[in-house]
Amino acid sequence: MKQAALFIAAWLVIAPAFAADTRQTGYHYMRAETRALQDNAAENPAMLWVEEGRALWNKNAANGKSCAGCHGEASTAMRGVAARYPAYSSSAKRPINLAQQINSCRTTKQKSSALALDDQTLLSIEGYVAHQSRGLPISPPTDKRLNAARTLGEKLFHQRIGQLDLSCKDCHTDNAGKSLAGNPIPEAHPTGYPLYRLEWQTVGSLQRRLRNCMVGVRAEPYAAGSKEMVALEVYLAARARGMKIESPAVRP
Amino acid sequence: MARSLITIPTNIMRGEIIDIRVLIQHPMETGYRRGSDGAMLARNLIRQFRCEVAGDDKNRVVIFQAALHAAIAANPYVSFPFRVDNNGTLFFNWVGDNGFTHTETRALTVR
Repeated sequence: MKQAALFIAAWLVIAPAFAADTRQTGYHYMRAETRALQDNAAENPAMLWVEEGRALWNKNAANGKSCAGCHGEASTAMRGVAARYPAYSSSAKRPINLAQQINSCRTTKQKSSALALDDQTLLSIEGYVAHQSRGLPISPPTDKRLNAARTLGEKLFHQRIGQLDLSCKDCHTDNAGKSLAGNPIPEAHPTGYPLYRLEWQTVGSLQRRLRNCMVGVRAEPYAAGSKEMVALEVYLAARARGMKIESPAVRP
Repeated sequence: MARSLITIPTNIMRGEIIDIRVLIQHPMETGYRRGSDGAMLARNLIRQFRCEVAGDDKNRVVIFQAALHAAIAANPYVSFPFRVDNNGTLFFNWVGDNGFTHTETRALTVR
């Protein structure tokens, strides 16, 4: 009996290491037509933003500095960068996402104005940078200074909110793969942002998606760029560690 | 500012039928929707897309033309076949509301 208990205890420790990775991105739950739209660069509407981002990458700001001026060729300099965000910013003394990092470059290096986090110009640059990491695994930094945000993000993910009294987990963990009003519920892995949503008819950020869900459960969304939003992003990145980046993705 | 993506196969054989695929960034606002403040959003559509080809004689011939309407999604995508008999130049033109116009040119080379 004691032996059996020991065996079970040992198995509980070892089993997860052997368990196959069953996580799937939203791509897995999409129809063939939507997948084709994402896979084909000539048809993926988000590529329009990526192309815009390419032009902006090389465009000089008023002080004569461009992204390319400091970073060089995006295909090498930005490869894998989006996979490491959100990251801790020493200057801001808090975790920031990729869009906030671009804004920080704009204000400190280019002496230009910060853009709203849902600004199409910012989304274009972010999309161009994220596209350079396509196919690479999400690899959040092991920075200890991110721990607090990750813990907060995990708590928020499991916290019931809104008039419908639902947490992220209630749909995206417990009921992933089932359908909600005719649409499949994905597992909430942020592999394709910024992405083109057919419902939006445009490119949007992960925070816009989070806001959509919060409004959907009739909760008051956290402000764009707030500590809570970034904490959720940090947690989602940790939860999706190792999954391949698909930016720019297309979703229904 | 509009940005467009035009995809034309490379390495075209003389007489080959190719697919020309074009995508343009445009909101295609129908004029039937209300904004978050409740006010009607003004119609802002691309009304016409046209593709012309010109050979050595520089005479432009329309090879594809489409009228676009409110039910067409934002960032409209158009794909059409074209038989390439000679070298030439393709002219793409989108015209829409509020004086919108966007023009692109691509060279066609057969081998």
